Amino acid sequence: MPQLFPRWSNSVARLAFATLLLCVPAVVAGLMLHVRSDWFTGAGIAPVQPVPFSHAHHSGKLGIDCRYCHTGVESSPVAGIPPTRTCMTCHSQLWTEAEALAPVRESMASGQSLRWTRVTDLADYAYFDHAVHVHNGVGCASCHGAVQTMPLTMAPHAFHMGFCLDCHRDPGPNLRPPARITDMDWSPVDGAADTRALLAHYDIRSERLDDCSICHR
Amino acid sequence: MTDTNEGKRRGELWRGTTTPRAPLAPPTDRRTFLKLAGWSALAGGAAACTPRSPEELVPYVDMPEHVVPGRPTYYATTLLREGYGYGAIVETREGRPIKIDGNPGHPATLGASDAVLQAELMQLYDPDRSRTPLHDGTPRSLDALAADLATLRERLLKSGGRGLRVLTPPVTSPTQAARLGALLDSFPEARWHQWHALARDAAITGSRIAFGRAVDITTRMDRADVIVQLDGDFLAEGPAHLAHAADFSSRRRPGPGMLRLWVMESTPGLAGAAADHTLVVPQPRVVRLALALAAELGLAVPAAEGLSPRERRWVAACARDLAEHRGRALVLAGDPQPPAVHALAHWLNAALDAPGRTLEWRDPALARPEPVIESLTALAEDMHRGEVDALVVIDGDPAYDAPADLRFAEGLERVSTVIHHGLYVDATARRADWHVPLAHDLESWGDARAFDGSVSLQQPLVEPLHASLPRLALPEMLMGRWPRSDREVVAAHWEARLGGESAEPWKAALRAGIVAGTASSSVDVVPRPSAIRDALAETPGNADAPAPVLQFRADPHVSDGRYASNAWLQELPRPLTKLTWDNALLISPAMAERMGIGDEEVLRVSTGQATIEAPAWVLPGMPDEALTIWLGHGRAIRSGGEGDSLADGVGVDAYPLRTTGALFARTGIDVEPVGRRYALAATQHHHRMEGREPVRRMTLAEVLDGRDHAPQGDEHPSLYPEPVPAPFDVDAPQWGMAVDLNACTGCMACTAACQAENNIPVVGKRQVRAGREMHWIRVDRYYEGDADAPRTLFQPVPCQHCENAPCEYVCPTGATQHDSEGLNVMVYNRCIGTRDCSQNCPYKVRRFNFVEYNYGAQEAELLSALRNPDVTVRSRGVMEKCTYCIQRISRARRQAKIEDRPIADGDVVTACQQACPTGAIVFGDVSDPESAVSRAKNHPLDYALLAELNTRPRTTYRARVRNPHPDLEENDSSGGDKAHG
Repeated sequence: MPQLFPRWSNSVARLAFATLLLCVPAVVAGLMLHVRSDWFTGAGIAPVQPVPFSHAHHSGKLGIDCRYCHTGVESSPVAGIPPTRTCMTCHSQLWTEAEALAPVRESMASGQSLRWTRVTDLADYAYFDHAVHVHNGVGCASCHGAVQTMPLTMAPHAFHMGFCLDCHRDPGPNLRPPARITDMDWSPVDGAADTRALLAHYDIRSERLDDCSICHR
Repeated sequence: MTDTNEGKRRGELWRGTTTPRAPLAPPTDRRTFLKLAGWSALAGGAAACTPRSPEELVPYVDMPEHVVPGRPTYYATTLLREGYGYGAIVETREGRPIKIDGNPGHPATLGASDAVLQAELMQLYDPDRSRTPLHDGTPRSLDALAADLATLRERLLKSGGRGLRVLTPPVTSPTQAARLGALLDSFPEARWHQWHALARDAAITGSRIAFGRAVDITTRMDRADVIVQLDGDFLAEGPAHLAHAADFSSRRRPGPGMLRLWVMESTPGLAGAAADHTLVVPQPRVVRLALALAAELGLAVPAAEGLSPRERRWVAACARDLAEHRGRALVLAGDPQPPAVHALAHWLNAALDAPGRTLEWRDPALARPEPVIESLTALAEDMHRGEVDALVVIDGDPAYDAPADLRFAEGLERVSTVIHHGLYVDATARRADWHVPLAHDLESWGDARAFDGSVSLQQPLVEPLHASLPRLALPEMLMGRWPRSDREVVAAHWEARLGGESAEPWKAALRAGIVAGTASSSVDVVPRPSAIRDALAETPGNADAPAPVLQFRADPHVSDGRYASNAWLQELPRPLTKLTWDNALLISPAMAERMGIGDEEVLRVSTGQATIEAPAWVLPGMPDEALTIWLGHGRAIRSGGEGDSLADGVGVDAYPLRTTGALFARTGIDVEPVGRRYALAATQHHHRMEGREPVRRMTLAEVLDGRDHAPQGDEHPSLYPEPVPAPFDVDAPQWGMAVDLNACTGCMACTAACQAENNIPVVGKRQVRAGREMHWIRVDRYYEGDADAPRTLFQPVPCQHCENAPCEYVCPTGATQHDSEGLNVMVYNRCIGTRDCSQNCPYKVRRFNFVEYNYGAQEAELLSALRNPDVTVRSRGVMEKCTYCIQRISRARRQAKIEDRPIADGDVVTACQQACPTGAIVFGDVSDPESAVSRAKNHPLDYALLAELNTRPRTTYRARVRNPHPDLEENDSSGGDKAHG
């Protein structure tokens, strides 16, 4: 029986094996990088919204407190998106003709809600409670970043489990005094916060904070 | 009745689960398979690369007052059943009702609930509900209906309403009664009829015999030392059953003065299972046993004939017990018994000094107390005579559930205008000229009286989901007072008493869910022995009835058929039989053996006029020579949504055998096996304890003698590390549960409440048959003693949250593990579905999502509205189990942390605990010695299930204690495990 494969096919086979050996880890690594990329997580990307609402203007420049619009933040798991009525408290007087605000006026007139695109998206199987965090020394900026500088709102980073766990395992560095929760410009260095005193003040013991059942149920 | 295979296919699956109905794909060759496998791997990889699709945030335009998005809001309202009010507190999330519980301030629920109350939520969102008015089967608008009714009104006005008939269920609602009264005033020739297949006619007629007027009984079981029940089931039936359960269980704590319960029953029920002595006889025979009991107590009644020695001994001991507890005794007559037995019970109670002590006679709660069978018979006769011009049926399906001899469906054809106002396009709707969708109680304004006459208001929790009209609408339309909101109608009725909707008393009544001071007053009446004696003499039953007897009973969950398309209730195992998705002919083991048949064997039952074929189910504790079939099945509903109705092909309609003279039992039937089988889906197939003693029992005498600890199981060598690794010294609450088996009545409210709270899917008959039901807490039922008269034991089994959890050792991904509060938690997104944990669980409490039960279902959008947003909805391939309501623990923990205080005892109430009508479930922190659960666990009768395995469960049980009468003790106590297996 004649030889079925020519001699060079040995080299081809070796090359193929080597490529495979290199490619598989490359693909795996590529995928792992991919799911952490901003394109995948949406971090740092401002989605298109019905109204180009600027936190930089409202929070940064005008200095409106977060709680003026996000009313549930101290009492509810969700901070809440303001009803159209809240926008209109000012905008029935200011910028009443502005093109950009037409959808807001339309919503008020028609009774149809504005439909925003979610910026900060936690996985559905993780349950986050705003109220308990803001009552225990975690400031808005700790998770939402410097929104007071964002003309269009974006998530400052990906909300992976690691992000939550870093703080749940060592909450001290992220705690602020009660009066500084919504202070967007406060930083621990300026505030010279005493981590240990804050942990004691809020009575936070981190040894239980990384139980699965704290966030998943 | 369909054949076995057909039955398997139809009605078997909760609509829309993705289990294939079509045969699987034809076999593929190896090459194609590899190609497909390669492509699917690629496609899977590619799908994982897509970013998450963006979610929408939709805020209010104008935020309603008091609403904080993300937080539950609770409202008090009232749900109606057989006309009576059940006060409820309903939890809503952003306008969606997601959970119903009893209102602690309402006498009929006292904060507890039953399975039906829980499942009213599913009824609200039921995709089968009709969604639009139909005129001769064609969808029309509500305006078209109003126009047509205006024409009808013109026609009726000319004749003074001659030929106008309104048919309702029994009415307690003061507003509805007043408005129907107003309708009769404006149409003097019109008539109002009442009908409900399970109405309590015998109680009304019985009180008329005894007192010459209709009188209601309200009981004070907490003051009773001895209770005797003459058939029926006071723990499961009637508008006061939840109050009964609470009062009864309060006197069943082991100790001196523990209440003793004697039950005669014709079909095993919850009361019989709870009783210390149960006498099982066919229904007609109860009359003569009641006579014998009365004679023993010295009442001059017709002599009872032909009692067996066992019955004689039983009755004598029972009578002695009653006589010894004069003033602390109570006799109850069951709904299936004839009026004379109810009258005799009144007489017995009077003779035992019960009035004013263990019971009160009161003015009836019903607006018009009348035997509904007479009311319906009069209507049917007029219909056949052609005297009915327009019939308005409000909330009823008489074409389905009227007694067969009235030929109601035929009669409807002789009525020129039939208007049906109901939740479903049912048998009556299909024969009606107009069908009008009825708004659910959670979508309507209204009011109702509880069993004791207390009025509570009904307020809507949600805008009507469909184009429906409230219960109060049609009479208003006929009176030409439409459009008018039902809120106005109710507020106008209460204007005089509560000052209408602007007044403070009205607001207070709405908030509290009860109108203070509206309970009926007690009446001073005396039974008339001669009238009762005459009635007893005329009542058949004292002679031997021709065997066998066919007994009709309401399905424990589906009721008279009202809940036939309610998926939660259809799949909830019935307390005694553990059957789901079907009814069956219940038959005693002895009779089954004589007939040479077993479970699932189809029997033909004929009465001469009608025949049904239904599968047999052998039930220990059924009387010999009697068969029981549940009503409420085989209901023909045309779904208001897409696809078939859920009720299609489920069970057998037994109404064709029911006649006006035989509403609850009939003799003169032929029973024969057909020679084929029909598959039934039960959730428990083994009924003996096999010496492992999961339910430990003692007698009161043993407890009082100081043998005050539950019998312990054998010690086995343990492989678990000692001491227990659970970090008990952590500064965290340690959660645990104690279940009192002495208080548990087996009613299944816990399972239903858990299903509603924890987003537990319904899986369908075929999956239940495969053992894949998903309920997180099951209620096991065991028998001990003789199979013909067994003792029944119930045991709720949720996840035991073992400190040495066998499941955790075998999970390859760490998806199930302990947290520092001692909870055995499931992390769904880690679970890869090996099912090793379930395999290794000795309690078999883990449930696996074998197919996709939640997503992709037809009507998924509608049904997703009833889900609890605090609980993950699990998808295919994931293990799940009881979490001790971790979402409620988490809520309490977060609230305590916000308020900077420790979690107090009682802050966490699990869904099953909240629903339980007898307080059998206690939950809390076991590391706090003062907590309620610690005190329960310190009780000498507390024991752990399968403690010999050293799993150290956090759920423990308290032994069942019986209180047998000394005269009967030797015959009845400590029987071996001889029961049916």
